[in-house]
Amino acid sequence: MSFLSIDHLSKYFPSHSGNGTVCIFEDVTVKINKGEFVTVIGHSGCGKSTLLNIIAGLETPTEGGAILNGQEVTGPGLDRMVVFQSFALMPWMTVFENVALAVRSAYPTWSSQKIKAHVQKYITLVSLQGAETKKPAALSGGMKQRVGLARAFSIEPKVLLLDEPFAQIDALTRGVIQEELVQMWNATRNTVFMVTHDVDEAILLSDRIMLMTNGPSARIAEIVDVTIPRPRSRETIIEDEHYYKIRNHIIHFLVRHASHGQADESGDHTERSGPVEIHFRTQQTKPVEAALCGRP
Amino acid sequence: MTGITMGSKSTQHPFFISLFFLGIFLFAWHLATISPPFDPAGKTEEELLVLEFNGDIVRTNDGRYAWNPEKEKVKGVPGPITVFEKAWTELNEAFVIKGTNDHGIAFLVGYTVSRFSVGFMAASAVAILVGIVLGMNRMLFRALNPFIQILKPISPLAWMPLLLYTVKDPTWTAVLVVFMAAVWPTLATTAFGVNSLRKEYLQVAAILQLSWFKRLYKVILPGAAPTIVNGLRISFGSALVAVVPAEMLLGELGVGYLSWIEWNNLDIAGVIFAILVVGTVGVLLDSGFNKLAGLVTYRE
Repeated sequence: MSFLSIDHLSKYFPSHSGNGTVCIFEDVTVKINKGEFVTVIGHSGCGKSTLLNIIAGLETPTEGGAILNGQEVTGPGLDRMVVFQSFALMPWMTVFENVALAVRSAYPTWSSQKIKAHVQKYITLVSLQGAETKKPAALSGGMKQRVGLARAFSIEPKVLLLDEPFAQIDALTRGVIQEELVQMWNATRNTVFMVTHDVDEAILLSDRIMLMTNGPSARIAEIVDVTIPRPRSRETIIEDEHYYKIRNHIIHFLVRHASHGQADESGDHTERSGPVEIHFRTQQTKPVEAALCGRP
Repeated sequence: MTGITMGSKSTQHPFFISLFFLGIFLFAWHLATISPPFDPAGKTEEELLVLEFNGDIVRTNDGRYAWNPEKEKVKGVPGPITVFEKAWTELNEAFVIKGTNDHGIAFLVGYTVSRFSVGFMAASAVAILVGIVLGMNRMLFRALNPFIQILKPISPLAWMPLLLYTVKDPTWTAVLVVFMAAVWPTLATTAFGVNSLRKEYLQVAAILQLSWFKRLYKVILPGAAPTIVNGLRISFGSALVAVVPAEMLLGELGVGYLSWIEWNNLDIAGVIFAILVVGTVGVLLDSGFNKLAGLVTYRE
């Protein structure tokens, strides 16, 4: 039994005309192992954020459900913390208070000294020491999201849900924070579910990348295995033999096939019941090409 | 970091410009209100005798006629000097109680401020609580909104006869008039502020499993605080406007009543003094309110 499984999930919204419904995505089934970093990539409006919100318990699915550790998700909880694209820091609280609010909620029995030390540890982890008493308005976008990450990691959730966490951060800072996230994740090995439309970010961070077709009626068309060994860094990852193959494959999918739902021209997968799994294997073991296999 | 930053800060205080305009105003006021010295030319001895008999003119030490200074006080609009003299007397007797209806100005200010404060605070508490409930519940808000829309434009003074009839006590009626004036703007803006609170804040609160009470005072109240303060500010103004006529109509001791009683005494200088006191009380209450508002505002 996998740690987090998304089981035949479908979401319909009432259509604008008032009668009938619009299918956002349908029949999404994903199994995520403990400690795995899985990313969903797709165009805007494909419903990837809705998918994340359903796992978070902030939205309800129309059909199917998300099962975490054998229990169906029925609402939001401390075991699934979200890092928001808009940071969602309370602007009337300082950096310290923002993190402390989460820590106090997660560990209500802790003494105030223990809470203080714990908060301080995570603020230091995102190198924000010295900014504890600042309000979010006094921070740059990158610093705000560092607070968001510190808050999320501080409550040690079973699953970390990253909803386009770096989309509002300038490109240079984004790279730095991505690397910090890699380090934090290496230290904690949390299970992470991320939504993004940044291909490089997805490759740097993920174990597996799910490619989602365009909505309405979006679905997961392919799952790409990122066969680049860890630890990874932005500097060295581009030298990996598979990096550009994976990158090109994903971009190819996004540019040309997202609307049809298929990236590979070689196979005939019309009868397929689930997404295609793509592995780029090392040269020694297999010829360098996409090894295609159906869902097990 | 403090709350709001107000544009660019000017290093020079326009104190002297203010003083200049005040000087011009006082001088113009003085010129407009002095009457020309009594001119006996063209008047017969008999006419002068009638004027003296009526008390309009008096004979001065050097044997000439002049306007009677006592009668001058109740003739026309008093000048700044007369008003200043009146203010000086009143302020000197600020803490003196001469009779049931003749309390010193300090007491009158105290009565008005306490009447205002009780009504305003009660109205704010009710309006914020109801506003939060309505802001959280869209259906309830839409159900009750028609009633709010009808009740809101009613002048608080229009309630007075009914309130006086029901509570049978002028003191509490005055407080309730202030209440009715203050309740609607805060109620409407609080509901709006809570309703338009960014949904991510509530999502964070939901993920962190905050209790409803913590959700209220850690997230909803501080989040909606700037909007609530704006509503309070509008309520504050309308309550301050309502308290003066309420005191006049109910005969309740206070600065509004002072203005009316001076009018009954035909002491126009007293009326002008009362108006200035109302203005001063307004400034004092408003600066206290602004200090409070500065504590709860934040920047996104």
